[in-house]
Amino acid sequence: MLTLVLLLLPLISSAITLLFRGSTAKYFALLSAISNLIITVLAYFVFINTDLKGEETQNIFVFNHEWISSPKINFHIAMDGISYLMVFLTNLLLPLIILSGFKREINRSHIFYSLILFMQFALLGVFVSFDGILYYLFWELALIPIYFISLNWGDKNRVSVTIKFFIYTLAGSLLMLFGFICLYWYNPTHSFDWNDLTKFQVLSTHQGLIFWLFFVAYAIKIPIIPFHTWQPNTYQSAPTQGTMLLSGIMLKMGTYSLIRWLLPIVPTAVTEWTPLAIALCVAGIVYASVIAIMQTDLKKLLAYSSIAHVGLIAAGIFAWNIQGIQGSLIQMLAHGINVIGLFYCADIIFNRTQSNNINGLGGIRLTAPKFATYFLIIILGSIALPLTNGFIGEFLLLYGLFEYNTWLAIFGGLTIILGAVYMLRMYQKVALGNSLDANMKFEDVKGTEEIVLLTICILIFAFGVFPKPTLELVEPIAQFITDKAILK
Amino acid sequence: MNETLTDIFSIPVILIPLLPLLGFFVISLFGKQLKKSSGWLGSFTVIASFLCSLYIFLNLPAESSTTITISNWFYFKDIFIPIAFLIDSLTVTMLLVVTGVGALIHIYSIGYMHHDEGFSRFFSYLNLFIFFMLMLVMGSNYLIMFIGWEGVGLCSYLLIGFWFKNDAYNDAAKKAFIMNRIGDLGFLIGMFILLFHFGSLEYQNVFEKASLLGSGNFTLFAATLCLFIGAIGKSAQIPLYTWLPDAMAGPTPVSALIHAATMVTAGVYMIARSNILFALAPLTSTIILCVGIATAFFAAIIGLKQNDIKKVLAYSTVSQLGYMFAAIGVGAYKAAIFHVVTHAFFKALLFLGSGSVIHAMSGEQDIRKMGGLKKSLPITHFTFLIGTLAISGVPFFAGFFSKDEILASIYANQSLLLFTVLTITTVISAVYMFRLYFLTFLGDFRGTEDQKKHLHKSPATITVPLIILAILATLGGFLGMPEIFHAKHFLGDYLSSSITNNSANYASHYFEYGLILISIVVITIVIFSTYRFYVSKKNLPESDEIELNIFSKLVSNKFYVDEIYDKIFVRPLMLLSNLFLVLVDKLFIDLIVNLTGFLTVSSARVLRLIQSGNTGFYLFTMVICMVVLLLFQIFSII
Repeated sequence: MLTLVLLLLPLISSAITLLFRGSTAKYFALLSAISNLIITVLAYFVFINTDLKGEETQNIFVFNHEWISSPKINFHIAMDGISYLMVFLTNLLLPLIILSGFKREINRSHIFYSLILFMQFALLGVFVSFDGILYYLFWELALIPIYFISLNWGDKNRVSVTIKFFIYTLAGSLLMLFGFICLYWYNPTHSFDWNDLTKFQVLSTHQGLIFWLFFVAYAIKIPIIPFHTWQPNTYQSAPTQGTMLLSGIMLKMGTYSLIRWLLPIVPTAVTEWTPLAIALCVAGIVYASVIAIMQTDLKKLLAYSSIAHVGLIAAGIFAWNIQGIQGSLIQMLAHGINVIGLFYCADIIFNRTQSNNINGLGGIRLTAPKFATYFLIIILGSIALPLTNGFIGEFLLLYGLFEYNTWLAIFGGLTIILGAVYMLRMYQKVALGNSLDANMKFEDVKGTEEIVLLTICILIFAFGVFPKPTLELVEPIAQFITDKAILK
Repeated sequence: MNETLTDIFSIPVILIPLLPLLGFFVISLFGKQLKKSSGWLGSFTVIASFLCSLYIFLNLPAESSTTITISNWFYFKDIFIPIAFLIDSLTVTMLLVVTGVGALIHIYSIGYMHHDEGFSRFFSYLNLFIFFMLMLVMGSNYLIMFIGWEGVGLCSYLLIGFWFKNDAYNDAAKKAFIMNRIGDLGFLIGMFILLFHFGSLEYQNVFEKASLLGSGNFTLFAATLCLFIGAIGKSAQIPLYTWLPDAMAGPTPVSALIHAATMVTAGVYMIARSNILFALAPLTSTIILCVGIATAFFAAIIGLKQNDIKKVLAYSTVSQLGYMFAAIGVGAYKAAIFHVVTHAFFKALLFLGSGSVIHAMSGEQDIRKMGGLKKSLPITHFTFLIGTLAISGVPFFAGFFSKDEILASIYANQSLLLFTVLTITTVISAVYMFRLYFLTFLGDFRGTEDQKKHLHKSPATITVPLIILAILATLGGFLGMPEIFHAKHFLGDYLSSSITNNSANYASHYFEYGLILISIVVITIVIFSTYRFYVSKKNLPESDEIELNIFSKLVSNKFYVDEIYDKIFVRPLMLLSNLFLVLVDKLFIDLIVNLTGFLTVSSARVLRLIQSGNTGFYLFTMVICMVVLLLFQIFSII
């Protein structure tokens, strides 16, 4: 029941937001997002007080009703550790994303915020669906609001970029739909239900096809190279809130789905194709990091760094051992927090200087020490310094990769060097040195800007110093997924 | 281990890192309100930590150790990573050095940084550094050490680039961080190997399980080699040493604290801590020995031709670290730690002395433009002289005993060749140090009139730490005297419980006597010849102004190592970055993507023509298709 409340609240708020005009809309959206976060946090205490193992962890939050009788499609939503974590991530970031738009002039803001809340609804739906078709519906639904957000509130290149992004990801989704049809067809239970699909697996001869249909869909969403070319331009052109939604939450749909809808469902094919998949992921880490080094556009640099980071997450998932899965999950949370922080910093810089070109910036720290400090802390989280949230995830992911293959871990580990190279280079050009334009006085952050940045920085340390609750939360289900690898 | 010990020590042990951390928080949050008192607050926290360390030193018996667990940081599978501190004689030795020298440098900084606008920020960073350094030496497992390991790297980055308006300084900071990170990857992989084979990162568990493996085991070789790569980065050895001379961009107290006395010796500490592992990996030890000696020699040669007072000291630090690694390479871990301790005294002293000189010279760092400072800076001069004597290995000063112990153990364990190289290095060290001393303090003043007018004595916050360090640099050697003096090797005995695998052989007494005799003779020759060369002639020797031959040009330009790295690593990486972006990303992958889209649209453009609205054509197509389907059915039945 609680899952349903969490899911429906943003939908209803989204509709109500449309009724407001002017600044009321944003306050209402914020209120809605915060209430949802509070409910989510309360749900955590229900969670930790319930001692359930493996797949049964969903039992407490299940809402399962028949929807279509033939083919059997149920409105089956629930939460286990992984789902809860992703719901938490979504609901944690949403207030920050909404708040980050408070200082900006946004045209037709009631529609804008309504779309953001609708997006929240769709994203939550993806994370809590336990029926394949329901999951697919939410997956596609999530594309609609972000399409309009990018198309209407983006920069001058928005139209062509958005259409490319939309068609590219839609093409991937179609493959996934086809994959679900195959699953239904080949599965002895003729069901879309996750519990059935994980219990009774498709014959290994059919798994290969399904694997590729799903894999390409997810690889586009995550993105894993070579399916990534839509991403840098989209991140650059979309409005900041759109980029935050995309990079902070939406790409986690892909990595989440790898764990939920790929590994336990077609384990044999995954085992067969892991060498290729993991090679793509690891190559992507180095490839994207190397490209990021010479980027001059701040948003594009962050986009490539994001490709590198999620490449590591995906690699850890494919390594398919418990630390890889746990690491990927804790890293999804960390990456979500850090990446919206980084894009918010880019947004603040752009709004004050009208420039994203890092060669034309500099000396921000002279006049905006607070902003420079927050920015640095977020960067440190992003380059995984111990005691920041990025570290535990990266440690577990690389160790997961190490258990799979030593050389891949070393190669993927280059990210800790390359990450420092491009991030510190960027920080130096943007924030340090002397200001290139002597008249430019970069105003320090205050008000809502500071609230957002401060919250993000606190979260960075909180999850870095206390990683245990998150790891414990996802442990049973990570164990369940890993057991599938052993049984394969 | 021992319940009662844990009870007694848990509070002071927790306080040791906690106080500087608190200091960091308070100073960074209330720096504006605290103004100049943040300096005293920052110093106070470190002094308090020092007192706690002293309390533990006095009360914890040398042969016992205790582990204090604060909390369980995280776990996965059955691997637990607690936040826990291991307190044994090695930790206590490092604690005393870090907090002791750290406190002195904090106090010194109050005077040195007095006019800086970033005064509070400076002390918050220094406190944070001390916190991470303490985590590094106190952790009871490799991951806690790694927190400190990366944390000190961060502080080093922040402090090298402390004056962030200057982009050259920022470059130096970035370079330091990145080169350290290269080492950190090695450290990380080393941890993975240990974790994979021993299922734990706790020192105790790892060492227990490792000692079951035989000497020369491949796992241990790989793990120790990776850990050593970490040490190469942090302790500035060949090939990752180039960041340390650049790191002199930071304020001088930082150079003294981080880049001489404490952080750069972290690699030595780490290996000494893991002595059980390294003792079982003879191949790694040989590599360490070679790297150490090569670094010691190479850096000393470069040091001969440097004219920046801090650069000379920086190369000397690299060289001295090379000595420590050489000692480790022959299994003389205790000698290495002994040298860490004495080096911390005399090198901190020299750096702080140079800071005092730079302060007095209004920022001038070129020793060719100094000279004759003896009169205007008597305390600095006297203490600097002691530092010079100590580092050159003049008998009975601190450096003499530790250096001789290293030389003796190398002689006793390895070939005569390596011993000779290291001995020559000692002579070179004495030469560049006395060159530095003579050019700076003796002879005539070569600076501008303006500077001469401004020459002033330093305040007490600067001179008192100098004097204390000078005393330590003089007497520090008596912590570990060789057997021939019939004295106890205090430090060696004290460390026995934590360094159990000190496999080095000891040299014979005759050899010791010989070494001392030779030292005295050689040092005397060096002092006289450098004096004649740099002081008696009054004018600067020509060789310091112009390059006489190719070799001296090579040395002045530090063998072009930075330029070579730039050519073979940095430039290609930038090229590769552009290549990936333009050729692979835009021209290849994205082209395929766009081509797919384009083909879809163009095929639609063609196929669209079929929908002409001509009903007859539609019917015709329908019939054709039905026929084809029918034929297909018939043939498939057959």
